[in-house]
Amino acid sequence: MTSMTTTSSSNAAAAPVLSVRDLTITLPHGADRPHAVANISFDVHAGKIVCLLGESGSGKSVIASTVMGLMPEGLNATGGQVLLAGRDVLRCTPEEMRRIRGAQAAMVFQEPMTALNPVMSCGAQVEEVLAQHTSLGRAGRRARVLEIFGHVRLPEPERIYASFPHQLSGGQRQRIVIAMALILKPALLICDEPTTALDVTTQAEILKLIRELQSENGTAVLFITHDFGVVAEIADEVVVLQLGQMIERGSKEQVLTAPRETYTRSLLDAVLELEPADRPEVPYSYPLLEVQHLVKTYESRRWPAKPRIVQAVSDISLRLHAGETIGIVGESGSGKSTFARCVARLIEPTSGDIFSDGRSVAKAGVRDLYPFRKVVQVVFQDPYRSLNPRQNVGESIIEGPVNFGVPRAQAWAEAEELMRLVRMKPEALQRYPSEFSGGQRQRISIARALACKPKVLIADEAVSALDVSVQSQILRLLDDIQRELKIGILFITHDLRVASRICDRVVVLHRGKVVEEGVAKDLFLAPQSDYTRTLMAAAPGRGFRFARSQ
Amino acid sequence: MFLFILRRILSIIPVLAIVALIVFMMLHLVPGDPAAIIVGDNGTLEDIARVRAQLGLNESLPLQFWHWLLRLLQGDLGHSIFIPQSVASLIGQRIGPTLSLGLLTLVVTVLLAVPLGTIAAWKRNSWIDRSLMATSAVGFSVPAFVVGYLFIWLFGLHLHWFPVQGYTPMAQGFGAWLQGLVLPSLTLSMVYIALIARVTRAAVSEALTEDYIRTARSKGISEWRVLMRHALANAAVPIVTVVGIGVALLITGVVVTETVFAIPGLGRLTVDSVLSRDFPVIQGVTLFFSFVYVLVNLLVDLSYLLLDPRIRY
Repeated sequence: MTSMTTTSSSNAAAAPVLSVRDLTITLPHGADRPHAVANISFDVHAGKIVCLLGESGSGKSVIASTVMGLMPEGLNATGGQVLLAGRDVLRCTPEEMRRIRGAQAAMVFQEPMTALNPVMSCGAQVEEVLAQHTSLGRAGRRARVLEIFGHVRLPEPERIYASFPHQLSGGQRQRIVIAMALILKPALLICDEPTTALDVTTQAEILKLIRELQSENGTAVLFITHDFGVVAEIADEVVVLQLGQMIERGSKEQVLTAPRETYTRSLLDAVLELEPADRPEVPYSYPLLEVQHLVKTYESRRWPAKPRIVQAVSDISLRLHAGETIGIVGESGSGKSTFARCVARLIEPTSGDIFSDGRSVAKAGVRDLYPFRKVVQVVFQDPYRSLNPRQNVGESIIEGPVNFGVPRAQAWAEAEELMRLVRMKPEALQRYPSEFSGGQRQRISIARALACKPKVLIADEAVSALDVSVQSQILRLLDDIQRELKIGILFITHDLRVASRICDRVVVLHRGKVVEEGVAKDLFLAPQSDYTRTLMAAAPGRGFRFARSQ
Repeated sequence: MFLFILRRILSIIPVLAIVALIVFMMLHLVPGDPAAIIVGDNGTLEDIARVRAQLGLNESLPLQFWHWLLRLLQGDLGHSIFIPQSVASLIGQRIGPTLSLGLLTLVVTVLLAVPLGTIAAWKRNSWIDRSLMATSAVGFSVPAFVVGYLFIWLFGLHLHWFPVQGYTPMAQGFGAWLQGLVLPSLTLSMVYIALIARVTRAAVSEALTEDYIRTARSKGISEWRVLMRHALANAAVPIVTVVGIGVALLITGVVVTETVFAIPGLGRLTVDSVLSRDFPVIQGVTLFFSFVYVLVNLLVDLSYLLLDPRIRY
């Protein structure tokens, strides 16, 4: 932080690296609004990190791609200037832009899993930047790439150089992308949600790395995020966007602790605290669902190769009661989704048992599972892909009950009732999923799951793909529904804050094993295992006091 | 890796065995006495008896198959009924022209179709794309013999650029060989080019929407390199797959094209033997084509290992 203050004081008078002035980008005809962004102005100085903050549809990514000259087809900058080191990139030819990209301005993307070319070795992909922009020879390029691999703390640079992306973890891939972006020490680095797809512990490491490298080189950073925790962690200045309009601009402290605008305040109110909510005690009842020593292993036996065995879930037991929410928390690869799929009997567990209403369903066949399907329903992560796009919402919802013999008219009437329960209009039943926003679709998914009148709802990362404000609405909705219907909820999430907000009990998984379990309040206030403590410490923005209306 | 290659090679054995069984049954699935059909309406009883003896039709069916299979494994495909030659040597004589035609067609197709499809994908919905796709629709729908006769009329009879008919072996000069094959190859490649160009366009335009293309562009590398090294390299697997499957098209096309251009290849041999009901030759040619097809697709499967590092069986 001390180096930050010195650079900022020495650069105070210097011209900004990036200056966006009155930028207006027009959307093609027939879009839901005329401009992707309108009259946006901000500066990014050397050695500073400016966060563009907004929910989905705010236009923050459009600004980033405009600066890079990579605007999607159909969009046009119709006003303003984007000055990169004093030069207006909106007036550069494609060839001039190509020279700027990678050398003067570079970008780190959201999805490290898909941002790298799968059929090219990681080393070659980074080397490509040098081959394009420098006159270094083959050996010189290789040496530079190995050097920066070490610099972004990739283990065994030589091995990584020859590896293909699918052989590396998400965090390692993101380090490759960062190495690629920073190898020529560009004046401007644009980070488009670079840690959103990563686990919290990896996220913390990557944020730290970006901060280090940028203060080392005095890079100006434009950082795009929807996450206030990340902003609190990394920003110097913040620009808040809503539906293409600039709402507020200021220093991090000012925007996060004393916002001037109500929109900013409402976003801050939706930020979840890592503090367990007060939840009423769950009255004792016979468990709806009991899981005993559940194990799931995957084997690949392909003659004549040696069989490979992967233990996805080893020995998990739990009991879920009516009106209770149990959180299954873990990072990617912890086995939480495999566990959820076993419990929903979408896949068959290798050993262990699952009891529903006292009946074992772990090994039941398709026909015997028929009654169980009514008892347990799942809400999946991605509301954009879990609804059939060619079926209207009503059809999707009544499909289950009709399958179980409910007459169509009655099922439809119940579906209308369900729409009210998830706070949507019954008329929505006639429309198609593409007409709804992510949050609305997740409400529809919940209504669909409830249509079979289940006793247990499994929510598999059900709020992870949603904006924070929508996230808190859906969590509140799940709470209300639980109180009304007395269902048990198995809540699968990687996000400790979400878990702390909604769960009665929490089970923390790591590499398929339970590392800790207990009452949510105890667990979050006094975590027993090192792993849980690491997870909690890694949550971005922890300890930052956000402004609150209440 | 080695184990995979081994397993994949071994897996063609059952395929070939089934092919052999079907080819063997061809003769016996024909209604009536195959010997009588082979001999035709003008044959005498002695002719029929001779053919029966030659084909071993007097034995029981499983025994016939067993003997036939044993001979097959020794490379003995039997003898032609009308030409005093073994089927193997007949195929040997005719393989040169067909192989030349097939390989040249394959080269022409890949060299034309892949760049065309890539450009169409890159300039999607532009006039280039539209006209390429419209042309390929024509390529699909016009039969090879129509294209062949049109080419002969225009380039052979009218412009005198290329010979109208026949085949010149490579031994008599590369130029003459190539000149004789230009029209037949173009004719044969029409459908094939249309197919591969469309598959290339679809595969490349899908690759172009991927995140790694945006990453590549953000590095400031040239558009050419983005297309070749990033988009096309990722589209290679579906393209190569269809090239392999398309060899079947090529084989059917060879029969028609060789007839149109009077090329003395395996296609002509097939047509002649079918017309004269020379069953041993039909069986031999069918087996040979099946073998080539299975082999090509084996190579296609193995090429995946080179094209996509994620494929490790």
